[in-house]
Amino acid sequence: MHKVQTQAPETPGRDDIRPLMGNEAIARGAWEAGVKVASAYPGTPSTEILESLARYPAEEISVEWAVNEKVALDIAIGASFAGVRAFCAMKHVGLNVAADALMSQTYIGAHGGLVITVCDDPGIHSSQNEQDTRLFARLAMVPCLEPSDAQEALEFTRLAFELSEEFDTPVIVRSTTRLSHTRSAVRVGERGSAPRKAFVHDPAKSVMIPSHARARHGRLLEREARLRERFAQAPFARIERGRKDIGVITTSVAYTYVKEVLPEASVLKLGASWPLPEALLKEFAESVERLFVVEELEPVIEDELRKLGLRVEGKVWFPRTGELSPEVVRDGLVAAGVLEPPPAEEEALEIEPLVRPPVLCAGCPHMSTYNALRYLDVRVAGDIGCYTLAAIEPLRAIDTCVSMGSSIANAIGMARAGTAEKPIVATIGDSTFLHAGIPPLIDAVYNDVNITVIILDNSITAMTGGQHHPGTGHGIRGNKTHKVEYEDICRAVGVKWVRTVDPYEYGTLLKTLREAVEYKGVAVVIADRPCVIDPVKITGEPLRIDSASCIACQACMNLGCPALTWSDEWHEGHHKVKIEPSLCIGCTVCAQVCPTASIQPERTE
Amino acid sequence: MAETTLNDDAGAENAEATAARPTNVLIVGVGGQGVIMVSKVMATLAQRAGFEVKQSEVHGMAKRGGGVFSHVRFGHKVFSPTIPRGEVDVLLALEWAEGLRWLNHLNRSRGTFIADVKRIVPPFACRNRADGAPLGYSRETPKDVLSRVRTGYALNASGMAERLGNPRVANTILLGVLSTALDFPEEEWLAVIEQFVPPKTVEVNLRAFGEGRDWVARHGEVGPDEEVDFSPPAGLETPPRRPRVFIERAWCKSCDICVKMCPERCLELDEAHIARMRAPERCTGCRLCEYLCPDFAIRVLRLPQDASEEEASA
Ligand SMILES: Cc1ncc(C[n+]2csc(CCOP(=O)(O)OP(=O)(O)O)c2C)c(N)n1
Ligand code: SF4
Ligand code: SF4
Repeated sequence: MHKVQTQAPETPGRDDIRPLMGNEAIARGAWEAGVKVASAYPGTPSTEILESLARYPAEEISVEWAVNEKVALDIAIGASFAGVRAFCAMKHVGLNVAADALMSQTYIGAHGGLVITVCDDPGIHSSQNEQDTRLFARLAMVPCLEPSDAQEALEFTRLAFELSEEFDTPVIVRSTTRLSHTRSAVRVGERGSAPRKAFVHDPAKSVMIPSHARARHGRLLEREARLRERFAQAPFARIERGRKDIGVITTSVAYTYVKEVLPEASVLKLGASWPLPEALLKEFAESVERLFVVEELEPVIEDELRKLGLRVEGKVWFPRTGELSPEVVRDGLVAAGVLEPPPAEEEALEIEPLVRPPVLCAGCPHMSTYNALRYLDVRVAGDIGCYTLAAIEPLRAIDTCVSMGSSIANAIGMARAGTAEKPIVATIGDSTFLHAGIPPLIDAVYNDVNITVIILDNSITAMTGGQHHPGTGHGIRGNKTHKVEYEDICRAVGVKWVRTVDPYEYGTLLKTLREAVEYKGVAVVIADRPCVIDPVKITGEPLRIDSASCIACQACMNLGCPALTWSDEWHEGHHKVKIEPSLCIGCTVCAQVCPTASIQPERTE
Repeated sequence: MAETTLNDDAGAENAEATAARPTNVLIVGVGGQGVIMVSKVMATLAQRAGFEVKQSEVHGMAKRGGGVFSHVRFGHKVFSPTIPRGEVDVLLALEWAEGLRWLNHLNRSRGTFIADVKRIVPPFACRNRADGAPLGYSRETPKDVLSRVRTGYALNASGMAERLGNPRVANTILLGVLSTALDFPEEEWLAVIEQFVPPKTVEVNLRAFGEGRDWVARHGEVGPDEEVDFSPPAGLETPPRRPRVFIERAWCKSCDICVKMCPERCLELDEAHIARMRAPERCTGCRLCEYLCPDFAIRVLRLPQDASEEEASA
């Protein structure tokens, strides 16, 4: 039987209550659960989880950046085999990379508790898509917990390890950008002592060959049935009785939006979105006159209700794309006739919003590389990282961007299509190259393709906030470790033409790139210059522009450096340019492209 | 204390409803300005006062010069981490155009707008290469905007901070202004600020906070600083022109310099290796090719917009 709770806000006693971000709460939950091994590859909005785990002592827990998400999950799986509690975290698209391991591991189960936190990004704040991890959970038949605030994020993560061991399954804790990045008060606990088991040699369970896998598949169905029952119980299900005529089934942060705009409704709050507690769903549905489902992205719960033959309204009123918000939920309920339309707003203030997309930093080493590529007039298969920002104005130098590591193989495909009217270049960041760029580079050499590959080596994973990777020579705790050399990797896989160049030397850069695209075969250029903000913020003497000689040609403005902006002076219909000294780091790239030598060091007189 | 967001001057709402509704502070600015720090101060303050607090922002692009915003909600019970549109009690903008972007989220009957008039012009605002193109930055002046909100403050906090000798304390000045719109004791603000700023800068930050409060006392409810009521930068007086590039084929010696140096990549060498205009629509008429051609083979004219084709080729 499930427990029906009414909301009883506990009065905080002398407990330890701290403001924690959802991601910090997840990390805390894992630590309290006694996790021994944690591994992840960074990705917004999940990155802070591993970073905050790394603040716990190394004697208690092994915390390491992995080279990609599949490696991270495989490491966690290995630790689980070895009998300890293991954890890994990734963003939603990271699970695509790790999916192969997950799909088999679900058959094997978990020896030491195995928990994967996956952070979705509804609204695509910082991603390439907004896929719904709950569909993955259903595909893998892995239970999926959905906390609605930081307190639950901690508790559910902790509980996830117990479920994992009890039900012999990996468990997914699904977060979203909103939960991961919202800070609220969390009552924290102590680190529990997790069971430490020995490795169990049991090939029928742990070696997935067809005969073993066939037997295991049937077990998943039993597991699913038992989980359905568990998820009808607190804290995974809670009924808040309100109006009888309106019932809402909801989960995750969507629950808070429902409470915000329709506090008087009856609510069934689910803490797990797969597998669903069928009996409880039916019971709740029968207790209300009109039943709604409010869930972000895909109609996962709604579809399940329909399969049960229940009358339910969901995606007819609430969008399947984008992030939910109180406004969106309110609009849906207004359309459904549940809420009165808000009183007609006073006419809105008409203000055209300023267009302010994110930009590369002042002095970013990626600027000159893409500026040079624009001059060379080549086809650029891009990849994912800060440098993807070169796709927009004014650099506009990237033609495609698909997923991490796609650039090189996309370039191979373009070359093989035989339709190329321009040389084909793949550009890929250092972290991305190590993540998924090496196999396609091997492929390019193996199949003797005529492409140029530029590795943008800024010695950090910048886009996600500056994480170390095997090319930086440091680990997550700042420890020194082996540093991968890109030239060595390229030569080892058979690339004959490899050059390293400093992108701050514009002339050399341009000349090298020109030679590379003229080379027949695989040419690799490593553009080697550290990121200007991570791991250390680089500063330098700002340059200034001599307005008298500036001819307003905009050659420097085409770099997209945010320190360069228009001054109030004009020259023949065009704005002259000035440098904002508080932003300029003195990289001198703009001075190198200025045809009139108007950009000079600040005179110190 | 000028007013509190918990009290609506219309008195339309009863005390119970007011107590049940969380207070909503939206803090906005540009990446790198410290939006998140300011919102942490706000959240910590409310937490110390015993409220339930949710503070929500989206990280990721924050360092990349894009717009950044942070929702802080506090009250006896807070559900949604984000503030419903139209429910913002105080909108605190660290940058002018970012404040304007969120203005319609402010509650029209009880909201307070506080903005630094600092203008951070994004590279995107300077992308139009056309003759006479205006800067792509908001054209509303503080005077326009303040006349349209119920309570509004526009101040040059960045300038004040510089006069205090530390440009970084602009945010603390704004916190001083914010403190007059909310019901927390001054000592509490000071204690929390002290906790968040680098130890060496405590003194200047406390002074900055005081300056913010004094500014409100001096300037009353509305009324922009004279010095901050900027108007948009002067536009170009002359009518826009249409560039036209003439290439004397016989004089071109195929050196490729113009092709390589054109900032807009308008030129190319044709089959006979002679310079040719291939993208006239991208040409801005900057004359670089004209200046750089060693053999004077290129001439750039800037014609009136309505020049006929004959005139153009004359
Ligand atoms: C599968 C996957 N994992 C993680 C991410 C998140 N992510 C986006 S860009 C990036 C790394 C960028 O680093 P790098 O290639 O070094 O380029 P930089 O940002 O430093 O220029 C990561 C991890 C993603 N988009 N997809
Ligand atoms: S963070 Fe580094 S890599 Fe990213 S835009 Fe700035 S300088 Fe470039
Ligand atoms: S030197 Fe030029 S390109 Fe480099 S940071 Fe300064 S303004 Fe930007």
